[in-house]
Amino acid sequence: MVRLITHNLLACHAKGCTQNNFPLQFKDVSIELKEQEVNSEFVKNFLPRLEWKALVNTARQLGDTSLPEELPDMVDDDFLKALHHVLFEIHVEEGAMVCPNCGHSYPISNGIPNMLLSEHEIG
Amino acid sequence: MSRPELVAPPEIYYGDTEATKYTNNTRIQQIQADMTYRALELLNMPPDEPALLLDIGCGSGLSGEILSEEGYEWVGLDVAPSMLEVALEREVEGDLFLQDIGQGLGFRPGSFDGAISISVIQWLLNAETSHPTSSPPHRLTRFFTTLHSALRNPSRAVLQFYPTSDDQIQLITSIAQKAGFGGGIVVDYPNSKKARKVFLCLFVGGGGGGQQQV
Ligand SMILES: [Zn+2]
Repeated sequence: MVRLITHNLLACHAKGCTQNNFPLQFKDVSIELKEQEVNSEFVKNFLPRLEWKALVNTARQLGDTSLPEELPDMVDDDFLKALHHVLFEIHVEEGAMVCPNCGHSYPISNGIPNMLLSEHEIG
Repeated sequence: MSRPELVAPPEIYYGDTEATKYTNNTRIQQIQADMTYRALELLNMPPDEPALLLDIGCGSGLSGEILSEEGYEWVGLDVAPSMLEVALEREVEGDLFLQDIGQGLGFRPGSFDGAISISVIQWLLNAETSHPTSSPPHRLTRFFTTLHSALRNPSRAVLQFYPTSDDQIQLITSIAQKAGFGGGIVVDYPNSKKARKVFLCLFVGGGGGGQQQV
Protein backbone atom coordinates (compact mmCIF):
# COMPACT_ATOMS: atom_id res chain seq x y z
CA MET A 1 0.00 0.00 0.00
CA VAL A 2 1.00 3.61 -0.39
CA ARG A 3 -0.28 5.50 2.61
CA LEU A 4 -0.47 9.27 2.60
CA ILE A 5 2.06 9.51 5.41
CA THR A 6 4.64 8.01 3.08
CA HIS A 7 3.40 9.87 0.01
CA ASN A 8 3.93 13.10 1.95
CA LEU A 9 7.62 12.27 2.29
CA LEU A 10 8.21 11.31 -1.33
CA ALA A 11 9.78 13.54 -3.93
CA CYS A 12 10.92 12.73 -7.45
CA HIS A 13 14.53 11.52 -7.53
CA ALA A 14 15.13 11.53 -11.28
CA LYS A 15 18.34 13.15 -12.48
CA GLY A 16 18.31 16.95 -12.26
CA CYS A 17 14.79 17.01 -10.83
CA THR A 18 15.35 19.06 -7.70
CA GLN A 19 12.69 21.75 -7.84
CA ASN A 20 8.91 21.57 -7.90
CA ASN A 21 9.35 17.77 -7.63
CA PHE A 22 6.90 17.44 -4.71
CA PRO A 23 4.23 16.27 -4.11
CA LEU A 24 3.95 13.52 -6.70
CA GLN A 25 0.48 13.65 -8.27
CA PHE A 26 -1.70 10.57 -7.97
CA LYS A 27 -3.20 9.45 -11.28
CA ASP A 28 -5.89 6.85 -12.06
CA VAL A 29 -5.75 5.47 -8.54
CA SER A 30 -7.83 2.85 -6.86
CA ILE A 31 -7.88 3.08 -3.09
CA GLU A 32 -8.80 0.82 -0.23
CA LEU A 33 -9.72 1.94 3.25
CA LYS A 34 -8.21 -0.19 6.01
CA GLU A 35 -8.68 0.41 9.69
CA GLN A 36 -5.63 0.79 11.82
CA GLU A 37 -5.39 1.39 15.54
CA VAL A 38 -5.04 5.09 16.37
CA ASN A 39 -1.63 6.10 17.67
CA SER A 40 -2.20 9.71 18.78
CA GLU A 41 1.31 9.95 20.17
CA PHE A 42 2.84 9.13 16.80
CA VAL A 43 0.55 11.46 14.87
CA LYS A 44 1.22 14.36 17.26
CA ASN A 45 4.93 13.72 17.06
CA PHE A 46 4.91 13.52 13.28
CA LEU A 47 2.91 16.72 12.74
CA PRO A 48 5.92 19.06 12.32
CA ARG A 49 7.35 16.80 9.63
CA LEU A 50 4.30 16.99 7.37
CA GLU A 51 3.97 19.30 4.40
CA TRP A 52 0.48 20.33 5.40
CA LYS A 53 -0.76 21.90 2.17
CA ALA A 54 0.37 18.92 0.12
CA LEU A 55 -1.32 16.52 2.53
CA VAL A 56 -4.63 18.41 2.53
CA ASN A 57 -4.69 18.73 -1.26
CA THR A 58 -3.78 15.09 -1.82
CA ALA A 59 -6.43 13.91 0.64
CA ARG A 60 -9.03 16.07 -1.12
CA GLN A 61 -8.05 14.68 -4.50
CA LEU A 62 -8.68 11.24 -3.08
CA GLY A 63 -12.09 12.34 -1.78
CA ASP A 64 -11.31 13.00 1.87
CA THR A 65 -12.20 16.55 2.92
CA SER A 66 -11.87 16.11 6.69
CA LEU A 67 -8.67 18.13 7.12
CA PRO A 68 -8.71 21.93 7.56
CA GLU A 69 -6.91 24.10 5.01
CA GLU A 70 -4.65 25.51 7.70
CA LEU A 71 -2.97 23.52 10.44
CA PRO A 72 -4.95 24.41 13.60
CA ASP A 73 -3.14 25.89 16.61
CA MET A 74 -5.05 23.66 18.98
CA VAL A 75 -4.76 19.95 18.34
CA ASP A 76 -7.73 18.07 19.77
CA ASP A 77 -8.76 14.41 19.66
CA ASP A 78 -11.17 14.82 16.74
CA PHE A 79 -8.47 16.45 14.68
CA LEU A 80 -5.94 13.73 15.52
CA LYS A 81 -8.46 11.07 14.58
CA ALA A 82 -9.13 12.67 11.19
CA LEU A 83 -5.42 13.08 10.62
CA HIS A 84 -4.75 9.48 11.62
CA HIS A 85 -7.35 8.34 9.10
CA VAL A 86 -5.79 10.38 6.30
CA LEU A 87 -2.22 9.33 7.10
CA PHE A 88 -2.72 5.61 7.74
CA GLU A 89 -6.09 4.32 6.57
CA ILE A 90 -6.28 5.48 2.95
CA HIS A 91 -4.27 2.96 0.94
CA VAL A 92 -3.52 3.58 -2.70
CA GLU A 93 -3.34 0.17 -4.34
CA GLU A 94 -3.19 0.87 -8.09
CA GLY A 95 -2.43 3.80 -10.34
CA ALA A 96 0.60 6.03 -10.64
CA MET A 97 2.42 8.97 -9.08
CA VAL A 98 3.52 11.62 -11.57
CA CYS A 99 6.25 14.17 -10.93
CA PRO A 100 4.88 17.73 -11.35
CA ASN A 101 8.25 18.88 -12.69
CA CYS A 102 9.75 16.28 -15.04
CA GLY A 103 6.63 14.20 -15.65
CA HIS A 104 8.21 10.89 -14.66
CA SER A 105 5.45 8.45 -13.81
CA TYR A 106 6.00 6.01 -10.95
CA PRO A 107 3.50 3.19 -11.46
CA ILE A 108 1.79 1.61 -8.45
CA SER A 109 0.82 -2.01 -8.78
CA ASN A 110 -0.52 -4.23 -6.03
CA GLY A 111 0.14 -1.37 -3.60
CA ILE A 112 3.83 -1.22 -4.45
CA PRO A 113 5.21 1.84 -6.24
CA ASN A 114 7.92 1.17 -8.78
CA MET A 115 10.60 3.79 -8.09
CA LEU A 116 13.13 2.40 -10.56
CA LEU A 117 14.68 4.91 -12.95
CA SER A 118 15.99 4.21 -16.41
CA GLU A 119 19.70 4.68 -17.12
CA HIS A 120 19.42 8.27 -18.42
CA GLU A 121 17.38 9.36 -15.38
CA ILE A 122 19.99 8.30 -12.81
CA GLY A 123 21.77 11.28 -11.23
CA MET B 1 28.69 -22.21 -2.32
CA SER B 2 29.16 -18.83 -3.98
CA ARG B 3 27.99 -15.71 -2.21
CA PRO B 4 24.65 -14.67 -3.76
CA GLU B 5 25.85 -11.16 -4.68
CA LEU B 6 28.55 -12.74 -6.88
CA VAL B 7 26.06 -14.89 -8.78
CA ALA B 8 23.57 -12.35 -10.13
CA PRO B 9 21.98 -8.96 -9.27
CA PRO B 10 19.52 -9.24 -6.34
CA GLU B 11 16.34 -8.81 -8.38
CA ILE B 12 17.41 -11.77 -10.50
CA TYR B 13 18.99 -13.89 -7.78
CA TYR B 14 15.92 -13.57 -5.58
CA GLY B 15 13.42 -14.88 -8.13
CA ASP B 16 10.23 -16.56 -6.92
CA THR B 17 11.93 -19.76 -5.83
CA GLU B 18 14.81 -18.16 -3.96
CA ALA B 19 12.52 -15.59 -2.34
CA THR B 20 10.26 -18.27 -0.89
CA LYS B 21 13.17 -20.50 0.07
CA TYR B 22 14.92 -17.61 1.77
CA THR B 23 11.85 -16.56 3.71
CA ASN B 24 10.90 -20.05 4.87
CA ASN B 25 14.38 -21.11 5.94
CA THR B 26 14.24 -21.12 9.74
CA ARG B 27 17.99 -20.76 10.15
CA ILE B 28 18.01 -17.67 7.94
CA GLN B 29 14.97 -16.35 9.80
CA GLN B 30 16.76 -16.74 13.13
CA ILE B 31 19.95 -15.06 11.91
CA GLN B 32 17.93 -12.22 10.34
CA ALA B 33 15.98 -11.75 13.56
CA ASP B 34 19.13 -11.72 15.71
CA MET B 35 20.77 -9.16 13.45
CA THR B 36 17.64 -6.99 13.39
CA TYR B 37 17.52 -6.90 17.19
CA ARG B 38 21.23 -6.11 17.31
CA ALA B 39 20.78 -3.35 14.71
CA LEU B 40 17.95 -1.88 16.81
CA GLU B 41 20.19 -1.99 19.87
CA LEU B 42 22.90 -0.09 17.99
CA LEU B 43 20.30 2.32 16.62
CA ASN B 44 19.73 3.30 20.23
CA MET B 45 16.35 4.95 19.72
CA PRO B 46 14.98 7.07 22.57
CA PRO B 47 12.76 4.70 24.60
CA ASP B 48 8.96 4.92 24.36
CA GLU B 49 8.93 7.50 21.61
CA PRO B 50 7.00 6.79 18.43
CA ALA B 51 9.23 6.75 15.37
CA LEU B 52 9.28 6.14 11.64
CA LEU B 53 12.12 3.91 10.44
CA LEU B 54 13.45 3.05 7.02
CA ASP B 55 14.22 -0.62 6.29
CA ILE B 56 16.73 -0.64 3.44
CA GLY B 57 16.50 -3.87 1.49
CA CYS B 58 13.47 -5.03 3.47
CA GLY B 59 13.14 -8.22 1.43
CA SER B 60 10.16 -10.30 2.44
CA GLY B 61 9.63 -8.30 5.62
CA LEU B 62 11.44 -10.50 8.16
CA SER B 63 13.07 -7.46 9.80
CA GLY B 64 10.00 -5.28 9.25
CA GLU B 65 7.85 -7.63 11.31
CA ILE B 66 10.25 -7.11 14.19
CA LEU B 67 10.10 -3.34 13.73
CA SER B 68 6.29 -3.54 13.93
CA GLU B 69 6.46 -5.71 17.05
CA GLU B 70 8.75 -3.15 18.63
CA GLY B 71 6.15 -0.46 17.95
CA TYR B 72 7.78 1.32 15.03
CA GLU B 73 6.17 2.51 11.85
CA TRP B 74 8.36 1.68 8.86
CA VAL B 75 8.90 2.02 5.16
CA GLY B 76 10.68 -0.78 3.32
CA LEU B 77 12.68 -0.63 0.10
CA ASP B 78 13.74 -3.58 -2.03
CA VAL B 79 14.85 -4.15 -5.59
CA ALA B 80 13.56 -7.73 -5.84
CA PRO B 81 9.85 -7.88 -6.82
CA SER B 82 9.56 -11.53 -5.73
CA MET B 83 10.73 -10.63 -2.23
CA LEU B 84 8.19 -7.80 -2.02
CA GLU B 85 5.47 -10.15 -3.20
CA VAL B 86 6.28 -12.50 -0.34
CA ALA B 87 6.14 -9.49 2.00
CA LEU B 88 2.66 -8.67 0.66
CA GLU B 89 1.51 -12.24 1.23
CA ARG B 90 2.78 -12.02 4.79
CA GLU B 91 0.73 -8.83 5.22
CA VAL B 92 3.52 -6.80 6.74
CA GLU B 93 2.56 -3.42 8.18
CA GLY B 94 5.07 -1.15 6.46
CA ASP B 95 4.78 0.58 3.10
CA LEU B 96 6.82 -1.23 0.46
CA PHE B 97 8.73 0.27 -2.44
CA LEU B 98 10.36 -1.34 -5.43
CA GLN B 99 13.60 0.60 -5.43
CA ASP B 100 17.23 0.23 -6.41
CA ILE B 101 19.06 1.97 -3.57
CA GLY B 102 22.09 2.43 -5.85
CA GLN B 103 19.97 4.89 -7.87
CA GLY B 104 19.46 7.03 -4.77
CA LEU B 105 16.42 7.56 -2.53
CA GLY B 106 13.68 10.10 -3.14
CA PHE B 107 12.60 11.18 0.33
CA ARG B 108 12.25 14.74 1.60
CA PRO B 109 14.98 15.90 4.02
CA GLY B 110 14.53 14.71 7.60
CA SER B 111 11.83 12.15 6.80
CA PHE B 112 13.00 9.27 9.00
CA ASP B 113 13.97 8.88 12.66
CA GLY B 114 16.44 6.15 11.80
CA ALA B 115 17.30 3.42 9.32
CA ILE B 116 18.34 -0.21 9.44
CA SER B 117 19.60 -2.53 6.75
CA ILE B 118 20.25 -6.24 7.13
CA SER B 119 22.56 -8.09 4.72
CA VAL B 120 22.05 -5.70 1.81
CA ILE B 121 24.72 -3.14 1.01
CA GLN B 122 27.32 -5.70 -0.14
CA TRP B 123 25.13 -5.88 -3.25
CA LEU B 124 26.20 -2.31 -4.06
CA LEU B 125 29.79 -3.47 -4.44
CA ASN B 126 29.10 -5.21 -7.74
CA ALA B 127 28.86 -3.24 -10.97
CA GLU B 128 25.43 -3.89 -12.49
CA THR B 129 26.31 -2.85 -16.04
CA SER B 130 29.28 -1.30 -17.79
CA HIS B 131 27.57 2.11 -17.76
CA PRO B 132 29.74 4.61 -15.80
CA THR B 133 26.89 5.57 -13.44
CA SER B 134 26.69 1.89 -12.42
CA SER B 135 30.17 1.70 -10.89
CA PRO B 136 30.13 0.74 -7.20
CA PRO B 137 31.50 4.14 -6.01
CA HIS B 138 28.78 5.97 -7.98
CA ARG B 139 26.08 3.74 -6.60
CA LEU B 140 27.39 3.96 -3.03
CA THR B 141 27.71 7.75 -3.26
CA ARG B 142 24.13 8.22 -4.49
CA PHE B 143 22.85 5.86 -1.81
CA PHE B 144 24.68 7.41 1.16
CA THR B 145 24.10 11.02 0.07
CA THR B 146 20.36 10.58 -0.33
CA LEU B 147 20.12 8.44 2.84
CA HIS B 148 21.89 11.14 4.83
CA SER B 149 19.42 13.72 3.62
CA ALA B 150 16.39 11.48 4.28
CA LEU B 151 17.33 11.11 7.96
CA ARG B 152 16.60 13.56 10.76
CA ASN B 153 19.32 15.39 12.57
CA PRO B 154 20.30 13.86 14.94
CA SER B 155 19.68 10.21 14.13
CA ARG B 156 21.41 6.96 13.19
CA ALA B 157 21.50 4.35 10.48
CA VAL B 158 22.75 0.84 11.26
CA LEU B 159 23.63 -1.30 8.26
CA GLN B 160 24.75 -4.90 8.73
CA PHE B 161 26.57 -6.26 5.70
CA TYR B 162 28.94 -8.97 4.51
CA PRO B 163 32.20 -7.50 3.24
CA THR B 164 34.64 -9.84 1.53
CA SER B 165 37.68 -7.73 2.36
CA ASP B 166 38.94 -4.85 4.48
CA ASP B 167 39.21 -2.81 1.29
CA GLN B 168 35.46 -3.08 0.87
CA ILE B 169 34.90 -1.87 4.44
CA GLN B 170 37.29 1.00 3.74
CA LEU B 171 35.52 1.95 0.50
CA ILE B 172 32.08 1.91 2.09
CA THR B 173 33.04 3.87 5.21
CA SER B 174 34.95 6.51 3.26
CA ILE B 175 32.03 7.14 0.92
CA ALA B 176 29.60 7.28 3.87
CA GLN B 177 31.85 9.84 5.55
CA LYS B 178 32.03 11.93 2.40
CA ALA B 179 28.23 11.91 2.34
CA GLY B 180 28.30 13.58 5.76
CA PHE B 181 27.93 10.67 8.16
CA GLY B 182 29.90 10.20 11.36
CA GLY B 183 30.23 6.88 13.14
CA GLY B 184 32.04 3.73 12.10
CA ILE B 185 32.22 -0.03 12.07
CA VAL B 186 31.16 -2.36 14.89
CA VAL B 187 32.27 -6.00 14.55
CA ASP B 188 30.52 -8.67 16.62
CA TYR B 189 32.33 -11.98 17.21
CA PRO B 190 35.42 -10.75 15.31
CA ASN B 191 37.31 -13.99 15.87
CA SER B 192 34.64 -16.38 14.67
CA LYS B 193 34.61 -16.97 10.95
CA LYS B 194 31.01 -18.15 11.08
CA ALA B 195 29.43 -15.79 13.59
CA ARG B 196 31.36 -12.64 12.65
CA LYS B 197 28.99 -9.78 11.90
CA VAL B 198 29.89 -6.35 10.59
CA PHE B 199 27.65 -3.37 11.36
CA LEU B 200 28.17 0.03 9.81
CA CYS B 201 26.85 2.47 12.43
CA LEU B 202 26.30 5.87 10.90
CA PHE B 203 25.47 9.09 12.73
CA VAL B 204 23.71 12.13 11.40
CA GLY B 205 24.73 15.06 13.59
CA GLY B 206 25.64 13.71 17.03
CA GLY B 207 23.77 10.49 16.36
CA GLY B 208 21.07 11.25 18.95
CA GLY B 209 19.78 8.18 20.70
CA GLY B 210 18.41 7.31 24.09
CA GLN B 211 21.72 7.03 25.91
CA GLN B 212 25.39 7.42 25.22
CA GLN B 213 27.01 4.26 23.97
CA VAL B 214 28.70 2.53 21.00
ZN1 LIG C 1 10.82 14.63 -11.52
